[in-house]
Amino acid sequence: MSLLRSFLAVRAVRDGRAQPAATVRHAHLSAEPLVFVPLRMAGESAAPLAAMVGASRSDARLLVVENPRNRDQRFAFMAELAEIIVPYIQKYAAQMETVEGRSAYERCLDAPQILVPNPGGLAFTRLIGRSTRFRATEGPHAVAPLVPLLGRWLTFLHERSEFAGSAILLAVTDLLAEHWVTGLSGAEAGNLAAQLAWIDPPGGLTGPQAALLAEDPLRSPPAGPDTDPGFDTHVLKPLLDGPPVPARLREALRGQLEPTWELMWRAVELLRAVPDAGGVAARWERDRTMLARQHAWIAEGGLPPGRWDSAVAAARRLAALEGAQQSYEAGKAFDDPLVMAEHRAEGAAFAGLVTDVDADRKIIPPGGKRAVARPLVTVRTADPVRFPPGRKLLSPARPKQGTVLVSATDGVVVLQVNSGMTKDATLPAPGETVCYTDLDPAGVRRPSLPDAAETPWTHGGPPAEYVPTDEDAQEAWS
Amino acid sequence: MNQGDDHGHDHGENPGGNHRMSHGGNHRENHGEDHRESRRVNHRMDRGGNVRVNQGTEHVNRMDAIRGGSRPVDHNARSIAALAANPACDRRAVLDAAGIDKDRTVAHLGYASRFGQSPFAITRTQEFKSIVKAHGGAHVLRLLREVLGLAVEEAGYHDAADVGGDSGHGVRHRHTAAVLNAAAQDPADAATLIDHPLLKLGVAGYDVYLEPDVIAFQAARRFHVVAIKSFAIIDGQADTGKVSAAAREAAVYVHAMRDLFARLGLDPERVSHDVVLICPKDFTNFPTACLLDVRLQLEALRRQLERLTRIDTILDRLPPDLSLDLCLDGDTPTRPVSELTAAVSAIPARYAPECLAACEMAYFCREEARACGSLEAIGRSVRDDLGGVDSVRTAIELIGGASPPPEEHAAIAERLRFVRRIFDEVVA
Ligand code: SF4
Repeated sequence: MSLLRSFLAVRAVRDGRAQPAATVRHAHLSAEPLVFVPLRMAGESAAPLAAMVGASRSDARLLVVENPRNRDQRFAFMAELAEIIVPYIQKYAAQMETVEGRSAYERCLDAPQILVPNPGGLAFTRLIGRSTRFRATEGPHAVAPLVPLLGRWLTFLHERSEFAGSAILLAVTDLLAEHWVTGLSGAEAGNLAAQLAWIDPPGGLTGPQAALLAEDPLRSPPAGPDTDPGFDTHVLKPLLDGPPVPARLREALRGQLEPTWELMWRAVELLRAVPDAGGVAARWERDRTMLARQHAWIAEGGLPPGRWDSAVAAARRLAALEGAQQSYEAGKAFDDPLVMAEHRAEGAAFAGLVTDVDADRKIIPPGGKRAVARPLVTVRTADPVRFPPGRKLLSPARPKQGTVLVSATDGVVVLQVNSGMTKDATLPAPGETVCYTDLDPAGVRRPSLPDAAETPWTHGGPPAEYVPTDEDAQEAWS
Repeated sequence: MNQGDDHGHDHGENPGGNHRMSHGGNHRENHGEDHRESRRVNHRMDRGGNVRVNQGTEHVNRMDAIRGGSRPVDHNARSIAALAANPACDRRAVLDAAGIDKDRTVAHLGYASRFGQSPFAITRTQEFKSIVKAHGGAHVLRLLREVLGLAVEEAGYHDAADVGGDSGHGVRHRHTAAVLNAAAQDPADAATLIDHPLLKLGVAGYDVYLEPDVIAFQAARRFHVVAIKSFAIIDGQADTGKVSAAAREAAVYVHAMRDLFARLGLDPERVSHDVVLICPKDFTNFPTACLLDVRLQLEALRRQLERLTRIDTILDRLPPDLSLDLCLDGDTPTRPVSELTAAVSAIPARYAPECLAACEMAYFCREEARACGSLEAIGRSVRDDLGGVDSVRTAIELIGGASPPPEEHAAIAERLRFVRRIFDEVVA
């Protein structure tokens, strides 16, 4: 945690209530998110047991695998799930616009958004994708036509979800923890019911009181994908061991899923009440563009992603993930003074009052011949400034204006404006409150990795494209 | 929180899926009457999990006194591995050294322990183990050849549990020792699988038998511990939490085997710190394997076991008449809860949220830590961020800044006041 978040945690304990850690919502929230609460059979890696899924609170669809040990029933479950999720995604994927520009590209008008309760739900979604995307729709272990498509889409959503700032598949506990600080530790905050209890305790209770109740698996069954072992022992096992009673099984599983379903929509309500951050739209555009690309790839008969990334692909992906993380962090700080305060507390930003502006200053830069405009801005600050001279700094008020720190002594900071002084751009004015940071929403430029096709022979040469085999298509499922 | 009790957690404490352990648990419940009888009779005999060894040390007597009338609980590799989970905690050290049944104790104190395991997970584990071990361990040999790069075509197979009838732990352990010794001493031995090796470990003056959950394998004069787990390795990846739990457990077996080797006059280093982990591959029941280096886990375990042998220094600081006796009447604890609470509270604890996943006492200790405003209860990172401050109340006072902070908190107080200022600036 950062010092500011720890400070807020102390306040949360003092007040018995969660403290907002953001003034705006940094993730896009769809008008029609698809809430997906999957349960897994205990002891299995990817065998579904049940799920509740739907795009509105009043439209909960309950899916149940009546005999989780039966392979055909698992695929019947996948087929049923595919019939809900695939059309939901394709509805968005099919509507495109062309974005004109230096090189025109396609973008979807909107994108799907799937919400799962917690990080375990994300991981399980990935496994459902992994276990279905290679399946063949004909031959010995044929599955329904939508099943491999479900696998491809879920795989795509999960891969996107690893990029910070993507909102196409989100875990609600992560989302809540990003916007509120509670008195719960990291592990405890993975409990959706407990976290909501701190954020929005029911009448008459404090956050910690409500969270204690919420931790009781009888009151708030776990939000999945793992079930409560007590439920397995006392309810599920007797039902599965005895003669089939599908109606009772469904009701039992409904009882495990419904409380989480309600909590999920409560969380959506709470998050909706927080206004969108400035950068949300641009980040969502990125999701919409990636959706259009994936849609085109599938339509053209492109192959599903392989089981493994090649070394180069993995390195590129890692670099891309890091870049996304940095620009998301920076973008949040630029959009939200409370997030910027977090960085100020860590010494990665400072704020103060402009005392002096030398707008007409001109210098001959090293190696140059002509004098160019390099205005100086002097800022008085009470924040500790930990940047060395020469550090490039940006300000949320003028994100296009590149500056460099000249000196910082006794709370007086001198900055030189280097770029972004176009005609209608303004310089900071004396008396203005400004904030400068070395965070950069455009991300950090890093040496680019070679294209996969140009992998040097020392690294094994260009990797072969992953082509799913018959074995993949018929992969045993036991 | 109490409701969780009769529903959630009373089926063993063993997410690792140890068959024997969960049997032990049920046994207590179902056949309490007979079992209690045999327990009393056998208390000093060679049966059951922990048998007191006549070392006559003072602290062992003291431990018996602390535990009172109850029998010491069985340890298994998982519970021993968990000893090292919170090495700073005196309470856990004392409870474990005295063989206190933490599950029952915490239930009697009115808290859930939430270490339940689904019966489906238990069945799944058993199924997978029998698949792996089928046909004289054919899969095991194939996998060992793969991961260890061996050329052996076949291996001898011994079942160390196979000593006939209802033999006690001591007999089975001596048999294990003999089989291991024979394999180790035989220069002609190409490869040997020894299933169900029953090992022994000294924990705080007690000899603890480890329920055999592994196979010992010798090839090229080197022994490996082979652990079979039922979580899947999918496309070469497995759940990190589960892999590290498996590594901690396997380290206990490596440690115990090295211990045995030393007693047999063999070189303990012949037991490799690389453990072979066998898991289901992808979504199948087909076994696959990988090597786990458990050196770090061995080191943590060694330190905690050492600490437990020096338990006297902790005991010296505790009230001389300390008793954690549940005063069982049959299977029902009759010890007044307030008395037991006071007794447990008299042993200093060091609660951190990590306890929730590692110690049965966690919900009790969390409540206690919260009640006294521990910062660590919110998370180690919060305590570290507020370097040096350990209570919520002190933190609040420093943030408030009403009175000048004590010398040792001056630096953090200044930072906190700065944070408060910028926070107020933003929300204003
Ligand atoms: S839960 Fe309590 S007894 Fe157990 S390790 Fe943590 S502080 Fe110690």
